[in-house]
Amino acid sequence: MEVTDQELKIDLQKQGVLMTSLNELYNWGRKNSVWPLQFGLACCAIEMIAASMARYDLARFGAEVFRPSPRQADLMIVAGTVTKKMAPQVVRLYNQMAEPKYVIAMGACAISGGPFKQGYNVLKGIDRYLPVDVHIPGCPPRPEALLHAFMTLQNKIASQPLTGPARPRHLRAGAPSEFSVPQCGPHGLVPPSNPAVWRPPTAAQAG
Amino acid sequence: MRASDEAFFNFETGVNTYLPVLVLFLCAAGFALAPLGLAWLWAKRFSPTKPGPDKNATYECGLQSKWDARIQFKSGYYIYAILFLIFDVETVFMLPFAVVFHRLSVGGCLAMLFFLFLFLEGLLWAWKKGVLTWK
Repeated sequence: MEVTDQELKIDLQKQGVLMTSLNELYNWGRKNSVWPLQFGLACCAIEMIAASMARYDLARFGAEVFRPSPRQADLMIVAGTVTKKMAPQVVRLYNQMAEPKYVIAMGACAISGGPFKQGYNVLKGIDRYLPVDVHIPGCPPRPEALLHAFMTLQNKIASQPLTGPARPRHLRAGAPSEFSVPQCGPHGLVPPSNPAVWRPPTAAQAG
Repeated sequence: MRASDEAFFNFETGVNTYLPVLVLFLCAAGFALAPLGLAWLWAKRFSPTKPGPDKNATYECGLQSKWDARIQFKSGYYIYAILFLIFDVETVFMLPFAVVFHRLSVGGCLAMLFFLFLFLEGLLWAWKKGVLTWK
């Protein structure tokens, strides 16, 4: 049963009666057992490693189990510059992850190409091919920023209802299982972006 | 009826005294299997599968496999395998041979000598190939 009366819930909690719904319990378990995929692309990965070590201790959020296999991972932290040569592999790894899965784009490069944006061989943001849940600015972002992004992701997971139109992607039968993997063409990646995920921004015409 | 049979079968009551062990084993198996079954049922209900060609791929490193995994390869390193057998693995067999040498029958001794002859053959082959010469 969905507990809608928050005041009643808090009153009961004071009396030692804990009430919850299946939705809350399910999401509580999900948000505290997010296992990231163990891979780094550039210098942001060093900060990601630091975040998982004792000083910053990502284990506090239940996310210390970096998995070397995409089959066991829930979260892809795109930590670093995505070159056009590496982009197909990143998308394929995302496709191989088990549902439900989330993506954190860590650092300027993963968001937009960063300092290499004008280069010929760097992807200008992984959100052209993958549905990114949290973006972290910075070059590279500090481990605290990754922790903040992680908490943001936890809040997002906790707020997802299990039913209705806003339910997460893995519970929608019609949602695609895989995102198209770009190919290396003669002038960059083909297609340059996945229109189902990302569309180029259009400039508003002043009338 | 042997005496050892009486240890786990009580003839007066007709109860097998190993029955509690069986019950404990079934309980242990239940504790192990029930969470797996519940998890499977939960997954059936709440997380529908989303298979796809990438997800069902054999390799999980992000790269596509290019050809069949079962291929023939050149056994160019066989000479190292031979030398490894002669100078390393042989010791495992030589030590027990030396320990029981005096109590060994003629047949056993001949079998062992034949075994050593096989190794000697490998050594001569390696010698002839010149792999024992330091250049």
